[in-house]
Amino acid sequence: MNLRRDVFQAIADPTRRAILLLVASQSMTAGAIASNFDTARPTVSKHLQILTECELLKQEQNGREIYYHFNAKKMKEVADFIEPFRKMWHERFNKIETIMKKYKSKK
Amino acid sequence: MEQKTKVNAEDGKQELVITREFDLPVELLFKAHADPEIVEQWMTSKVVKLESKKHGSYQFEKTDDKGNVVFHANGVIHEFIPNQKIIRTFEMANTPFGVQLEVYQFEKLTDDTSKLNMHVIYESVAQRDQVLQLPFAQGLNWAHNRIQEVVSNLPAGRQD
Repeated sequence: MNLRRDVFQAIADPTRRAILLLVASQSMTAGAIASNFDTARPTVSKHLQILTECELLKQEQNGREIYYHFNAKKMKEVADFIEPFRKMWHERFNKIETIMKKYKSKK
Repeated sequence: MEQKTKVNAEDGKQELVITREFDLPVELLFKAHADPEIVEQWMTSKVVKLESKKHGSYQFEKTDDKGNVVFHANGVIHEFIPNQKIIRTFEMANTPFGVQLEVYQFEKLTDDTSKLNMHVIYESVAQRDQVLQLPFAQGLNWAHNRIQEVVSNLPAGRQD
């Protein structure tokens, strides 16, 4: 399994979540992002690489600078991720309710 | 709107919590989890065996039209306190999802309402996320409990 490309692995890290929050407010260069953290610059670069690989961030060349953009669409996928699982249980529980209400009235 | 069924799966943890409030007395909610005939109705799987007692075990099975077993799950019951608690293991045969530990807590709210709290612990974060992704990745409608289809569509020897 390539953990680095796994979106959930990506957002499991607190620094990466902080980077996402930062970039969500405005597009920034790697240098500008790194200046917000005490972490060493190569470490921030590594985090940016991981976030880019799993498409939570997008790079855009602007003159000589590369800006990082937040990819809201990908983040939406993460938010929706648990929904089918939740629905499955929701339907099961609804079924329990229906079955047991009938069961109760039969008694 | 407040959702009736909630799933809380925190990032990077190998567990999740499912909660639901029922419009049922706690006795009936518990019975729905303990009586083999009733479990069969909502699980839509055949209950081959369900010994609802401490140290009991259970087996669920689903077969296709040709009689092939397409889903088989089993586990043992570690704790069984009527109308309060069930602790059991759960494992789906021939899948990479490992064993999960499930703690069911049944709570009386009023005479006619109750609450279920399901705490599920997986072997690893990766396994939990795989199980969570199952309905998502397969793009199938689990709302109708098509477990049969999901399991038979799992790619053989999944690599990831």
